[in-house]
Amino acid sequence: MSTVLILVDSVGGKVSKSTAELATFGKRIGDVVAVICSSDSAAILPQLNTLSIDKTITCTGVDFEKFSTGAVAAALASVVAKESPAAVLIASSARGKEIAGRLAVRIDSGVITDAIDLDSEIIATQSIFGGSTTVHSIVTHGTPIITMRGNSIEAIAGSGPAGAEDFALTYTDGDRAAVLSLAPAKKSGRPELTEASIIVSGGKGTDGNFTPVEELADALGAAVGASRAATDAGWYPHSFQVGQTGKTVSPQLYIAAGISGAIQHRAGMQTSKTIVAINKDPEAPIFDVADFGVVGDLFAVLPQVRDGVIAKKS
Amino acid sequence: MKIAVCIKQVPDSWAQKKMGADQRLDRESVDAVLNDLDEYAIESALALVEANSPTGEVGEGSGHSITVISMGPERASEALRKALSMGADDAILINDPGLAGSDALATSKVLAQAITAGGYDLVLCGTESTDARMSVIPAMLAERLGFAQLTFAGKVGVSGRTMTITRQTEFGVEEMSADLPAVISVVEKINEPRYPSFKGIMASKKKPLVTQTLSDLGISPSDVGSSAAWSAVKDSLPRPPRGAGIKIVDDGSAGSQLVAFLAERKLV
Ligand SMILES: Cc1cc2nc3c(=O)[nH]c(=O)nc-3n(C[C@H](O)[C@H](O)[C@H](O)COP(=O)(O)OP(=O)(O)OC[C@H]3O[C@@H](n4cnc5c(N)ncnc54)[C@H](O)[C@@H]3O)c2cc1C
Ligand SMILES: Nc1ncnc2c1ncn2[C@@H]1O[C@H](COP(=O)(O)O)[C@@H](O)[C@H]1O
Repeated sequence: MSTVLILVDSVGGKVSKSTAELATFGKRIGDVVAVICSSDSAAILPQLNTLSIDKTITCTGVDFEKFSTGAVAAALASVVAKESPAAVLIASSARGKEIAGRLAVRIDSGVITDAIDLDSEIIATQSIFGGSTTVHSIVTHGTPIITMRGNSIEAIAGSGPAGAEDFALTYTDGDRAAVLSLAPAKKSGRPELTEASIIVSGGKGTDGNFTPVEELADALGAAVGASRAATDAGWYPHSFQVGQTGKTVSPQLYIAAGISGAIQHRAGMQTSKTIVAINKDPEAPIFDVADFGVVGDLFAVLPQVRDGVIAKKS
Repeated sequence: MKIAVCIKQVPDSWAQKKMGADQRLDRESVDAVLNDLDEYAIESALALVEANSPTGEVGEGSGHSITVISMGPERASEALRKALSMGADDAILINDPGLAGSDALATSKVLAQAITAGGYDLVLCGTESTDARMSVIPAMLAERLGFAQLTFAGKVGVSGRTMTITRQTEFGVEEMSADLPAVISVVEKINEPRYPSFKGIMASKKKPLVTQTLSDLGISPSDVGSSAAWSAVKDSLPRPPRGAGIKIVDDGSAGSQLVAFLAERKLV
C-alpha cells in the first residue's frame, strides 16, 4: 500500500478545513501520513482525531514560525526521504505554494499547483485561464508535489491516526529571514474566504459602505470578499480581495454586489457553483456569468435579501 | 546594492487565453505585455535606489545598479525595454531554443544561474506571473540561491544591508527582516508604478540589453526545456460557458425573488 504525505495546515493552532480535504484526496491514493511542522503541535494533534489519517509525524527541533517556508520545505524533504511517499499534498495557499516550490527544488521533483481534483492515479485536474479551461496534469519525475485548492472536495470524516511519531530535525542552513513581529489578524468571526461555502463580495458600487454586504454575509453565515477597486480604495483589506491577484474561491454561492465583473475579478470566482450579481448597470459583464442577476441598487436589494434570509431561518 | 529584477512578458490579462495543439498556452494569438505585477517590482527597485542614493536618482552616481532579467523569447525584449525606459540601468534576455517548454523548476534554475553569474545581492520579483499563476518562482529562487526569502511584501525598507518588509498573511500583519542577499516579491499594493517619461524612453534605446544563451550560462540543454519538464499536461478542454441565468430588473421585490431562488437551490 502506498502512502501519501499531507502537510497539516493550521493558523494559530487551529487546523484548517483544507487539512481534512487533503486527507480525503490522499485516501484515494493510499495511507495518509499527516506531517506537522508547527510549534502548536500539542493543540493540533487532537484536532486530527476525526480526520481520515493513518499516522502523524510531528517534526521537532525547528522553530518553524520563525523561519517560515524554507524550514518547512527542508523538514518535508527529510520526511519524504524517510517515507518514500507516492505523493505530497499541500494546501494551495500562498504559503503552501512556496513550500511546494522549495520542496520541489530540494527533492528534484515535479510540482503542480492549484489542483481542484486528484484521482487514484495521481492525475490532477486544474482549472486555468480564469476558469475557462480544464486541464489534466501529471508529474513525470520524482515524487509528485501537488497543492490542492480549498473547497474542492467534500471532506470525509475518519477515525484519526492509529500512530503518532516525532521526527527530530536540525535545520542549520536557515532561510535566514526572521519574523520580527506579528500583529495577528483581527478575528471577524466569519469563515475564512477560501474555506467559506458562501461569499458575499462588495465592489466599487458600495462606495465604501460595506455594511449591507457584511449584514447579508452574517445572515448567511458567509465570508466577505471584495473587488480590487474596493481593496485599492482601502475600503477592505487586501487579504479579502477576490480575483487574479487576490484569492481564488469556488464556494457553493457567490454574491457579487456592485462589482462590474472585469475579467481579472471573474478569474477568481468563475468556478463558484451558483453566482448571484446585483448591479445597477444592466450591461455589466458580471451578468454574463450570473445564475441570478438583479439589475438594481445594492443598497435596496441587499437589506431585503438579508431580511428574507433571517425570516426563513426563524 | 546590486539589484536584479526578474520580469516576464505575458499575454495581456484582458485577453481571452486558450490552449494550443501542443497543450501549451497559445501565446501567438494574444498580445504580449510586461506582467503587470512585475511593474511593481521595477518601481520598488527604482524607489529603493532613489531613497538611498546621494544624487536621489537611479543610474551612475547612485552607488547602486538595477538590472532587469527575463527568460523568454526574442519579443520579451519589449518588456525589458519598457523596464529600461522606467529607469533600470541594463537588461538581460535569456533566450535559447532549448528553453521552450520549461517548467517552473527549469525557469528558476536558469534565473538563479544568471543571478549568480551577475553577482546580485537583491532580487526583486512580482508575486505571480499572470499567465502561469504558480507564484512559486521567488521561493524557488531563494531555495536555489540560499538567499533569504521575503515574499508578498507590501512595504520594503533598507538600512545598511538589512532589508525589512511588512506583509499581510493569513496569520496577520507580519514584519520580517533579513540581511542581504535576499529575494523579495512585492504585492501590487506596494506602490504606483511610474509611466516611462519621454526622456526615459529616449535614454532606454542606448541602454545595454544583452542576450544570453544556455551555453553562456553553462547550463546543459538537457536540464531545461520540455524534455526536462517534470510535469505534463495530458489533456485540456474548454469549460462549457456558463449558461445565461435569470436576470430581473428590481421593481422593489427583487430581494424577495432572490431569496426564493436561493431557497429553491437549498442555499438558505
Ligand atoms: C493585472 C491585473 C490584476 C487584477 N486583479 C484583480 C483582482 O484580483 N480582483 C479584482 O477584483 N480586480 C482585479 N483587477 C482589476 C479589474 O480589472 C477591475 O478594475 C476591478 O475588478 C473593478 O472592480 P469593481 O467591479 O468593484 O469596480 P468597477 O469596475 O468600477 O464596477 C463597479 C460596479 O458597481 C456598479 N454600481 C455602482 N453603484 C451601485 C449600486 N448602488 N448598486 C449596485 N451596483 C452599483 C456599477 O454599475 C459598476 O458595474 C486587476 C487588474 C489588472 C490589470
Ligand atoms: N521567465 C521569467 N523570467 C523572469 N522572471 C520570471 C519569469 N517567470 C517568472 N518570473 C518572476 O517570478 C514571479 C512569479 O512568477 P510565477 O511563479 O511564474 O507565478 C514573476 O512575477 C516574475 O518576477
